[in-house]
Amino acid sequence: MGPVLAGVLQLLALMGALALAYIPLGTYMAKVYSTDKHWRVEKWIYKGIGANPDTEMRWTAYLRGVLAFSAVGVLFLYLLQRLQGVLPGSLGFQAIDPDQAFNTAVSFVTNTNWQSYYGEQAMGHVVQTAGLAVQNFVSAAVGIAVAVALVRGFARSRTGELGNFWSDMVRGVTRILLPGAFIAAIVLVACGAIQNFSGIHEVGQFMGGSQQWNGGAVASQEAIKEFGTNGGGYFNANSAHPFENPTPFTNLFEIFLLLVIPFSLTRTFGVMVGSVKQGYAILATMATIWVGFVALMMWTEFAHHGPALQIAGGAMEGKEVRFGVGSSSIFAVSTTLTSTGAVDSFHSSFTGLGGGITMLGMMLGEIAPGGTGSGLYGMLIMAIIAVFIAGLMVGRTPEYLGKKIGTREIKLAACYILVTPALVLVFAGVAMALPTPVHSMTNSGAHGFSEILYAYTSAANNNGSAFAGLNADTQWFNTTLGLAMALGRFLPMVFVLALAGSLAEQRPVPETAGTLRTNKPLFVGLLVGAILIITGLTYFPALALGPLAEGLAS
Amino acid sequence: MNNSVSNTGRLLWAGLRALLVLTLVTGVIYPLAVTGVAQALFHDKANGSEVKADGKVVGSSLIGQQDYGLAYFQPRPAKGLGENSVNTQYKLILSGATNRSADNPELVTWVKAARAKVVKDNSTADYKVEPSQVPADAVTSSGSGLDPDISPAYAELQVHRVAERNGLSVAQVEKLVEEHTDGRTLGFIGEPRVNVLELNIALKALAAKS
Repeated sequence: MGPVLAGVLQLLALMGALALAYIPLGTYMAKVYSTDKHWRVEKWIYKGIGANPDTEMRWTAYLRGVLAFSAVGVLFLYLLQRLQGVLPGSLGFQAIDPDQAFNTAVSFVTNTNWQSYYGEQAMGHVVQTAGLAVQNFVSAAVGIAVAVALVRGFARSRTGELGNFWSDMVRGVTRILLPGAFIAAIVLVACGAIQNFSGIHEVGQFMGGSQQWNGGAVASQEAIKEFGTNGGGYFNANSAHPFENPTPFTNLFEIFLLLVIPFSLTRTFGVMVGSVKQGYAILATMATIWVGFVALMMWTEFAHHGPALQIAGGAMEGKEVRFGVGSSSIFAVSTTLTSTGAVDSFHSSFTGLGGGITMLGMMLGEIAPGGTGSGLYGMLIMAIIAVFIAGLMVGRTPEYLGKKIGTREIKLAACYILVTPALVLVFAGVAMALPTPVHSMTNSGAHGFSEILYAYTSAANNNGSAFAGLNADTQWFNTTLGLAMALGRFLPMVFVLALAGSLAEQRPVPETAGTLRTNKPLFVGLLVGAILIITGLTYFPALALGPLAEGLAS
Repeated sequence: MNNSVSNTGRLLWAGLRALLVLTLVTGVIYPLAVTGVAQALFHDKANGSEVKADGKVVGSSLIGQQDYGLAYFQPRPAKGLGENSVNTQYKLILSGATNRSADNPELVTWVKAARAKVVKDNSTADYKVEPSQVPADAVTSSGSGLDPDISPAYAELQVHRVAERNGLSVAQVEKLVEEHTDGRTLGFIGEPRVNVLELNIALKALAAKS
């Protein structure tokens, strides 16, 4: 069997596994967010929080909960890093510098997991497990909670109530993320991922002498890092490190983990709005883009254009032998079309066009299938835009799921889709215009520009992967990327929750012969087209200067 | 005004309590529970899959090593591997890739040099390696810099040199490589590979016997 066929079979196996999980997980998640029964452990947690989980919240109260919880999260994680030098279990690592601690705190709270530090030489046990890994859970749970609030906005009518933030967030952790991550962590350990608290210790070598390892709670963090589409590696090499991702099977398993919640949430959406077919239409849109991107990536990576790769005879720079080109291509596309940003191979050394595909995946807004929760709400915003475009064509007031898309709704959706492009293009433009940021580049020419464009794209879209040649541990990058991550996470959430509130207040419009059928293939085609055209028009000039210039030159 | 300040204060207080409770659940109980199960059921793997030879630990089957002499099988280049610069009290391995782009002149130079070295090192008196035989993994650095594996093609290329230097027959070494080649998992997952450390341990044992 050739590597291309093996790559295609791995893609098919992955699709099969995701399809098997789709209905059970999606339906289960709908139940999690619909039932009014609380688990006993959840009641203890609510008592600890001091919140009544049964109080219904309007969108403003829901948003205040999101913002307060996240603000406290940033502050706590910042302090934990600043105090690392005096904390026990820190392996002798010192306090993280203020700018880097700010960047890292924002990064993990926003589900981005951009890392300007080297995991194995900066973070001790306490910061990794009680700081970073905790945010891996709760930032994912916050994302799902906001998505569920939007779905309730569609499902409910003549009320301003969107559910209870504390209850949604806690249930996401206790009923979805924690059980899933626990099982996944055990599977990873069974395949060779490490899980210990041995810290830094000497291990003998074959030719004599010894090497120093940094052991830690890797598998438990790796599991939630993928399952919650976070992506921050325990080690600098992220999921390319054999202790995080030891075998070809764990590689495929990790790709499965990072895709399964975002894809299955479309089922949750379908069940909650009372039409699973609407969920299938959204799923079909996501899957079309994802499969298309994987196919393009495999094509360009197997063709291995680019001088160094041509001489080498294959695109193996930055890739591991056990994964090879096929599996690495699937990982790279999946991690950038979700908000994960974990890497099993290094995107900077991909072909010029391959690097461009990873960037374009993030620029779509990470909606195919996107991050946990953020993928679904991002895609529903695009569905509203698509319905609006269709409405303009036939001169009807657009409707989606029985709700009128009026001036207020379309304004909020438009604001949503303007946030990240504005952050990416303005910050990247300013960085290029200033004299010092360009000193951080490892590569020159078009690829050097791509390093900076990639960094802001990754930060504003809360992805976290990098063209890692860029030395991002400077005050400029720590600060501006931190701001891009925070604004790119919370401004869109403001618009989503405002939209949810406005939809929930409407009375449903009865479906007529003239209503656009949003559960049909025609709508899927329209939605895919709208996504590609809007993103293309926004980013084409920037892409032409970076990855397209590099890809076409080789 | 007073009212909204106290409301915000109450909300932040609830947020802090929520964070602390969830830190206890996901940041303390969860990792400890996973560690407990992992150490009980998969003790060796949870501690890094250490490999022993002659009763001594000689590394991990998952972590690649550099500096095998020419009598042994060579691993992939590891130009991205670094040493710690931030915390200098230990000499930690810092994993990582080169991050050089496909059109980076430095990478072109490295690949060319690595190819020339592979050809030179592995050509013996009666076996000439052609540059076109050298597989991609032999001249490129991996993502982690710690790749424990090489492709079967790269292992095959080294057989004549290794056989000559150890006083073994080519057939003996070829058989050894074959025994240490892992195919794709279930026939289609990942790529075929040879674990360099395990192969070299077996080679050392074989050379000592004959």
